[in-house]
Amino acid sequence: MKMLLNKAGRSVPTHVNGQLEMPYAGVGAYIPQKNKAKPKVTTAASYPADGNKILPSLKDALIKAGIKDGVTISTHHHLRNGDLLTNYMFDIVHELGIKGVRWFPSASFPCHSHLIKYLEDGTIHHIEGSMNGPLGEFTSYGKMSGMGVLRSHGGRYQSVQDGEVHIDIAVIAAPTADPFGNANGLTGKAACGGLGFALADSEYADNVIVVTDNLVPFPCVPWQIQGNNVDSVVVIESLGDSSKIVSGTTEITKSPDRLLIAELVAKFIESAGILKDGFSFQAGAGGTALAFAMFLKERMKALNIKASFIRGGSTKYLVEMLEEGLTGYILDGQTFDLHGVRSMGVNPNHIMTSPFTSYNYHGKGNFASIIDAVVLGATEVDVNFNANVVSHSDGLLLHGIGGWQNCLFAKCSILAIPTFRDRIPVIVDEVTTLCAPGEMIDVIVTERGIAINPLRQDLLDAVKDKGLPIRDIRDIQKETDEICGGKPTKPTLDKEHVVAVVKWVDGTLLDSVYKVVK
Amino acid sequence: MSTHNNLSSGKRGTSVRSDCYFEIELTAKGGINIESKSKVEALYGKQNREFILKLCANAKIKNANILFEDSGALPFVIAARFDAAVSEGFQNHNIFQTTQSEDFSSTTSKNRLRRSRLYLPGNEPKFFLNAGLHKPDGIILDLEDSVSPQEKEQARFLVKNALRSVNFYGCERMVRINQLPMGIKDLQFVIPENVHVILLPKCESDEQVKLVGDEIFEIKKLHRLSNPIYIMPIIESAKGVENAYKIASASPYVCALTIGLEDYTADIGTARTQTGTESFYARSVVINAAKSAGIQAIDSVFSDVADMNALTQSVLEAKSLGFEGKGCIHPRQIEPIHAAFAPTQDEIQKASKIVVAFDEAQKRGSSVISIGSKMIDPPVVKRALRVIELALLNNLIDENWRENYENAVK
Repeated sequence: MKMLLNKAGRSVPTHVNGQLEMPYAGVGAYIPQKNKAKPKVTTAASYPADGNKILPSLKDALIKAGIKDGVTISTHHHLRNGDLLTNYMFDIVHELGIKGVRWFPSASFPCHSHLIKYLEDGTIHHIEGSMNGPLGEFTSYGKMSGMGVLRSHGGRYQSVQDGEVHIDIAVIAAPTADPFGNANGLTGKAACGGLGFALADSEYADNVIVVTDNLVPFPCVPWQIQGNNVDSVVVIESLGDSSKIVSGTTEITKSPDRLLIAELVAKFIESAGILKDGFSFQAGAGGTALAFAMFLKERMKALNIKASFIRGGSTKYLVEMLEEGLTGYILDGQTFDLHGVRSMGVNPNHIMTSPFTSYNYHGKGNFASIIDAVVLGATEVDVNFNANVVSHSDGLLLHGIGGWQNCLFAKCSILAIPTFRDRIPVIVDEVTTLCAPGEMIDVIVTERGIAINPLRQDLLDAVKDKGLPIRDIRDIQKETDEICGGKPTKPTLDKEHVVAVVKWVDGTLLDSVYKVVK
Repeated sequence: MSTHNNLSSGKRGTSVRSDCYFEIELTAKGGINIESKSKVEALYGKQNREFILKLCANAKIKNANILFEDSGALPFVIAARFDAAVSEGFQNHNIFQTTQSEDFSSTTSKNRLRRSRLYLPGNEPKFFLNAGLHKPDGIILDLEDSVSPQEKEQARFLVKNALRSVNFYGCERMVRINQLPMGIKDLQFVIPENVHVILLPKCESDEQVKLVGDEIFEIKKLHRLSNPIYIMPIIESAKGVENAYKIASASPYVCALTIGLEDYTADIGTARTQTGTESFYARSVVINAAKSAGIQAIDSVFSDVADMNALTQSVLEAKSLGFEGKGCIHPRQIEPIHAAFAPTQDEIQKASKIVVAFDEAQKRGSSVISIGSKMIDPPVVKRALRVIELALLNNLIDENWRENYENAVK
């Protein structure tokens, strides 16, 4: 395998699964000189005049879509860990004897460990999306035939739009749909809120199959997915396990240490002058992020401050802020609990957004950089603020990138992280896998203090003498290493064997993930 | 000498965090064989094996089969679990001396602030590591009620090592020992490790305080220690209430008297209520006994961790009765407790006036302090100084409060 060093000083392959790749060249350095990919022209003559695109089974739909060896099939992850459809679909692909499929999910979950047998028998060649949990472990031990490709949510859209990934068949789980293919995620047994992650797939794939377990008469409105883009509709018994799709209510962490971190993040945002009328922020559904939103809400109420908009992952807590008038809008990328699903259905100021319109670095509507502050996690951060979100210090791939890389373009990007997990220090000399260059990370908030990137002198000045525990990142690292009984041993990685690559938001190769030697 | 061949200690299972489990089979030959199942094998497996060999050498074990199940235990925990296991087989074996943290040399004083004390179950190391970050005035490593009878022995090793190796970031270092006589053995483990305060549970007499005081004195002598170690008796019975003053004045090392209401209400045949009418007498007696002995009176634990408003109300009531501190079982309770014990603006105003007048009198070399025509007694000055200290600690005034006060007066 031919490797070269990219601008971040990381070794990356020249080719991935036979395709020539660009090495990372720096933030904003790669300017593509080409046109967007073009979906094929279709004709109304090919579709039933009565608008009924229903086929008897998913098998029929896949055959009609022209499934063959080596196709690319995309799925979305709005059903999260409750997704039964993807597993069912691959059971059919396997039954049809198809080999070498490129699976292109917007994310994978532990429920997809069902697919390991199809990775082993060659039904699936490799995954481009995220390799979470058991799939990540499978990939890390070098068991996947092809090379995995990890992209951010925005990067996934960029790759489709730029023609790097051509989707042959998009299989779209739709909690509610009509026979014409109009679909949304707002109602039905598998209600999940928005269907934004499937938007590019519906627009760019050669063949789009909408699968629902809640068929309604035409027109299904609002049509988050438009029948205009849909080839066929299939009705099945059940898309997924609703208890694992959205939680009834997302709960705030009870961990005192995480609460302490969340409280420090809120204090930082206030002290740095970011918390002011008309500001905007993003927080996800992780325990610490939710707790941060709760602390921030208290301060907003006390200071009579209203946000212009909040970027979600919506949850009960963000919905409450919308309903109490503490924010003008929720711009929602994915809906995490039933409160969010309900609110999106009834509140015109709770807007579904797609990563297509908000996160695509090669789009005109990337508004990640408009947001004042974003609070994220990470598996590792190094002393130069380079960060990792996909692998652990033992080298195992265990998470996807999600919207993480895209969110970092906010005016103030904050990683809320513990100093160690299970004895393993989070602040390291060098990250195992580079997912974002240090210049993108502004602040690290830990339970042992806050470290500000020296590039952000403005933030350092803003919080000076405000009583916050501002520390040098190396100082926090030193203390943590002492607590953990010294620095850990480096894991044994086979540097000759790249199992996956990490793409930057512009489609260039940022880093390689290597095979872990047991 | 060895009495058992199969020794075990620690915690195992998928839900365990920051802990480990040892099974040690002492053998006659074959050297040390370690079977390690560690959650952090890839990163700390090598260090752990080397460390276990060091622990064996320290305990003079040359031949053994050792099973080590690890869920990310830190060295002080590994050493405690190992030594607890080995102690089942050997009396008085060499106990490994773990690394001392920066905090190990911290000191305390009899009158320091004791607004909040955070109880930590003595056999749960995962709660120790970050406890000090939440900034309670004191942390209590508990060997008594939060430790099950079969875990008592291993908890002693763990608490001992925690006192040596965990940084509590300047919190007062307290240990609640077991009820006497079992608690006497606890002292041998914790006294050499710079413990600041010993909490003596279910205390009913001055003899018990003296017994503990004498034992502390002996252990300090043996280890040539000179740091003061204070005692905080916990009154938890009707008899204890009756003897409160004797207990409070039993030794110059008694720094505070506190009350345990769960046991007390059970002892008098009633149950704890929100209003606390049933314990009003007992609490008043404890406060009065403490104050007459010149020590602090500290209230019981507030056990509803979900209700912060009720906690605040409870602290305000305690403060109004004369208590200076409260026990807590969750770090989130600390800030509301400190806030409720903090002086009010009105109290700070009055205290500032008095302290400034006191300073001026001292400058003049006069022992008579007056504000206008009003004479100020020394105890009033003392209380005012305490209010200012509390206000400073709660960031209600800054170091330059005198200037600000004088400017405000002008």
